[in-house]
Amino acid sequence: MASISELANPQRFEGLAQAVSPYAVGVAFITLVAGLYYALFNSPADYQQGESVRIMYVHVPAAWMAMFCYSSMAIASAVGFIWKHPLADVAAKETAPIGAGFTFLALFTGAFWGKPMWGAWWVWDARLTSVLILLFLYLGYMALWQAIPDKIRAARLAAILAIVGFVNVPIIKFSVDWWNSLHQPASILRADGPTIDGSMLTPLFLMIAAYMALFTAMLLQSMRNELVARRVARLDMAADAATSTLVETPSAASQS
Amino acid sequence: MNKKQKRMGMIVTVLAIAGLAVALTLTALSQSVAYFYTPSELQALAAPPASTIRLGGLVEDGSVNYSEANSASVSFTVTDGGASTIVSYEGILPDLFREGQGVVVQGSLDADGLLVADTVLAKHDENYMPKELADALKEQGRWQDGSD
Repeated sequence: MASISELANPQRFEGLAQAVSPYAVGVAFITLVAGLYYALFNSPADYQQGESVRIMYVHVPAAWMAMFCYSSMAIASAVGFIWKHPLADVAAKETAPIGAGFTFLALFTGAFWGKPMWGAWWVWDARLTSVLILLFLYLGYMALWQAIPDKIRAARLAAILAIVGFVNVPIIKFSVDWWNSLHQPASILRADGPTIDGSMLTPLFLMIAAYMALFTAMLLQSMRNELVARRVARLDMAADAATSTLVETPSAASQS
Repeated sequence: MNKKQKRMGMIVTVLAIAGLAVALTLTALSQSVAYFYTPSELQALAAPPASTIRLGGLVEDGSVNYSEANSASVSFTVTDGGASTIVSYEGILPDLFREGQGVVVQGSLDADGLLVADTVLAKHDENYMPKELADALKEQGRWQDGSD
């Protein structure tokens, strides 16, 4: 019973992915163009930061995606670990490089904002340090998959790393509230409502929509690639096994 | 208990232990994790720290004095409402540095309790708005300062 659902689900996934992918790509393209237009040309300069505020529209959604991707990866890992579902393992594995990309983007754009605003590219405060740890968790997770050839074992160990590393996500979120940090506290997800003016929320939300659609499109495509690669590997193995029996049979016959 | 429940239990246990370990570590290290002292925290310390420290707070209004001899040399008071510390600094200040602005300064305390800073960082708060709106709010007297 379990084996039937394992075989069937990647096929059903393929159908779903084929149907959803074009829409995800379309939405990503439209919202990215609109978001960047608003962010760069059609939104006001900040009363303190001036034009540098525009970095926020790339930085903040990237930082959110960094945490969203990690949370998704940890959940997919837990599902794969508990129910031994290969599709969940593939989803977790393919989320990692995308999440790492968003994390890098957040750190990179943050540095370029920090230099003119704070006066420093980098400081070792709790927020920046915990996000750097997040990047290393992603890289460690990806390295673990590369290091273990057996996919089932790799999935199990990588899942444990992803789940343990999830402890870091609430630390990132609340680091600015729990400790004194140079990084400012939350502006959107706070109890008393956003502290960002409405005219600046439009580009911000458009960019978040763009990143989410981009993430969906990239994840679906890379999961399909991985599933095809695994099928090819299985066929290769079957072909190898078939050739070796063909080669062995005459020699076995001559010996007898 | 079947295998699935066992694995689920394993994950919950691993997460709980990892969370507890991290929580204990961070609580023990809380002062090292904090990026700066506030003037009140600094005052509450039994002995002033001998090494380099970071101090954070607001630049007190009217406290910024540029030296007449050397315009790159500046002194100002950092306050958190409760206590304040005088800071002297020689160098280029960040763009956001102004009176009433949050700053983090790094340096060492001299014998008189004056902080000789080698780095001044401006702390940006969580408020974002267009300049026109900020001006309008100030004009209407609805401006709230020091929301940091």
